Amino acid sequence: MIRRLAAYLDQRSGGASVTAKALRYVFPDHWTFLFGEIALYSFVVLVATGVYLALFFEPSTSQIVYHGSYVPLHGQEVSKAYASAVDLSFDVRAGLLIRQAHHWAALVFVAAIVVHLMRIFFTGAFRKPRDLNYYVGLTMLVLAVVEGYAGYSLLDDLLSGMGLAIGNAVALSVPFVGGQLGTLIWGGRFPGTDAFMSRLFIAHVLIFPVTIAALMALHLALITAPRHTQFRGRGRREGNVVGTPLWLGYALRSLGLFFVVAAVLFALGGLVQINPIWQWGPYEPYLGTNGAQPDWYLGWLIGALRLMPHFDLVVGGYTVVPNPFWGGILFPAAVFGFLYLWPAVERRWSGDRAQHNLLDRPRDNPRRTAIGAALFAWVATIFFAGSADRAFVQLGVPYEGQLWGYRVAVFAIPVCVYLVTRRVCERLRRGDAHPGRGSGAALVSRDPAGGFSVRGR
Amino acid sequence: MTRVLLAPLRWAWRLALAAFLLIFGRGRKLERERELPASSRAELAVAVLLAAAGLAGLAFVLVYALDDGDTQLLGAAIALALGLVGAALVLAAARVVPQERLEEERPRFALEPGPGQQEEEERPSREQAVEETALAAREGVDGVTRRRLLKTAGGVAGLGVGAAALTPLASLGPRVGELLRESPWKDGTALVEENGLAVRAGDLETGSFLTAFAEGADHRDLAASVVVVRVDPGELELPPERADWAPQGLLAFSKICTHAQCAVSLFRYPLYAERSPGPALVCPCHYSTFDVLKGGERIFGPAVRSLPQLPLKIEAGRLHAAGDLSGAVGASWGGVEDS
Repeated sequence: MIRRLAAYLDQRSGGASVTAKALRYVFPDHWTFLFGEIALYSFVVLVATGVYLALFFEPSTSQIVYHGSYVPLHGQEVSKAYASAVDLSFDVRAGLLIRQAHHWAALVFVAAIVVHLMRIFFTGAFRKPRDLNYYVGLTMLVLAVVEGYAGYSLLDDLLSGMGLAIGNAVALSVPFVGGQLGTLIWGGRFPGTDAFMSRLFIAHVLIFPVTIAALMALHLALITAPRHTQFRGRGRREGNVVGTPLWLGYALRSLGLFFVVAAVLFALGGLVQINPIWQWGPYEPYLGTNGAQPDWYLGWLIGALRLMPHFDLVVGGYTVVPNPFWGGILFPAAVFGFLYLWPAVERRWSGDRAQHNLLDRPRDNPRRTAIGAALFAWVATIFFAGSADRAFVQLGVPYEGQLWGYRVAVFAIPVCVYLVTRRVCERLRRGDAHPGRGSGAALVSRDPAGGFSVRGR
Repeated sequence: MTRVLLAPLRWAWRLALAAFLLIFGRGRKLERERELPASSRAELAVAVLLAAAGLAGLAFVLVYALDDGDTQLLGAAIALALGLVGAALVLAAARVVPQERLEEERPRFALEPGPGQQEEEERPSREQAVEETALAAREGVDGVTRRRLLKTAGGVAGLGVGAAALTPLASLGPRVGELLRESPWKDGTALVEENGLAVRAGDLETGSFLTAFAEGADHRDLAASVVVVRVDPGELELPPERADWAPQGLLAFSKICTHAQCAVSLFRYPLYAERSPGPALVCPCHYSTFDVLKGGERIFGPAVRSLPQLPLKIEAGRLHAAGDLSGAVGASWGGVEDS
């Protein structure tokens, strides 16, 4: 039966030898390898739930009077986009479940990519031959963040409108061309024409997801070509890969992970409320709310916008660089620029141009680990600065004071993290470089005279 | 003493080993450790988990159908169903299928080939490749004993979770119910022109054709539009029960073709009665043709049902419906009755 199926397929595709190899494709066993899979499976859930939502959502800014089942909004003038999103939450059975699962999946998707990126960075998995794939992965992270932003901006509720207002300001802040860029994307002055909603919609449901899916396929192809990386261990060399073959154990395990990820996302979607747009209300440019927070993956940008001192670059009366540029564009450009450049920088510093299939433990390369930790600490500090207003409301710490604290912290914390991490790594490395140190064993040595002595303990 | 004797032997052994590695080293056997768990208790547990997942999937369908689709219950049910499948698969991966540790040579991307990499890999024949694939596929389930039980449980899980996954599609539209039979026409409904003016019997000459709507109805309502035509009352061949449906030779029919719902917008009225076929309404899409004199009976084309006729009456010179249309408007669907 199986042989006949294999023959049937082979006679129509010539793929039997490839299939045989694929069935025995080896996956090294390490739990840190699962983050990438979690991202992949969140994306699958995003596509499935997103298609469903698109069957109900109307991407239109035409105004109508709301008469759905959410009574507090009755009689309000709202856009069709907003009304259809509220309707699909209240009047479509299972609609709210799927909308919330979609939102949660987006949060988990970006989070899994970031943790996956940290794994890749700290273990040196981005080195040749995988540097190209590292760039592909980083690009997907950028796209995922923009895709998420486009997604929650579609709903035309108060928070999404506030987010778009900031996005428009950031677009306007691009030196020289910003004004034109803003009116190009929005079809006019903010909040833009009806066409902007159509553009946002097609970007969110087609352009970005299809690009991400294509890059994902490339990402997987570039993983399998040189095979997976692996940590050092018994029988593991640069030239081989040791682990569980795809068929059947790994396939079951990975498929099991898919179902677990989907289960968690739907549990969150069903049980934990997220983005209740009916509470925010519809957006108008003259409306705003205190305590507005974006989805987590944009928290670092709102932090940067808040931390930046009031400073425009004005040359001879011409505003070259308006303030939102620093936090909204320069900061993320610097972070991603650093990440994109890092493989080349490390190659130049270390002079190591060899192929690497064995992973470093973070301690094996203290400088890289310390720099990476400092970078992530820097971004995390700015991320937390974005929540200073909430800390003020919840804890009563004065906002201005917090801000000055953060302005010091963005310089101090990365330096401290760098020094501490580097020292910890070096100690750990020294600890296990010598068989007699760091373990409970004693080193017994014999001197030329024939006597024994015990060193270390 | 023994050491001295053994030394040459050891050398010989090392040489032999080196020679062996040189000769056979290229096709060095890659490491492979395999263990068949053959745990029938684990198989049973997997089957139970899968069956439970199927039930949780069905619970989702039930909550959707009976409980007005409570979001929390729906979320709990689908998460339970998916989580149980996940647990079953992870357990099967760890306890049911062969536990295997395999070593694979990496392809080398370096410019200069490493040792043992110079030669082209031998390509297996088609036949070998097929055998190899089948073997690899079969080896994945070596040692699994309760295969039928696992297949059945997998089927239950597939049905339950699959049904749960498809159920939300039922939210797309309302239940068909009587929806396709709804009509704005009843006894006394006035006929109005597109611009809202009343249709007057005196305005229509014999052989003329006019599109009219039920007063107050949405013009886009499929059942709202009718064509009004006037023929010579002497020619009418209406069935006896429709004898009074066409006062002064005025007849009204649904404007929507019963074949594929195009607007029946052609009226064929014979100028030379003895040489031409009788007056008929024709749909321009697939040329279904309906006999006006016989109450909309189909005489040509792919339509099967007659064009529904609207009984008319004249009050103060204005046209009114004397009842509902004689049949369902638009294309046929399962359960439509012939008219």
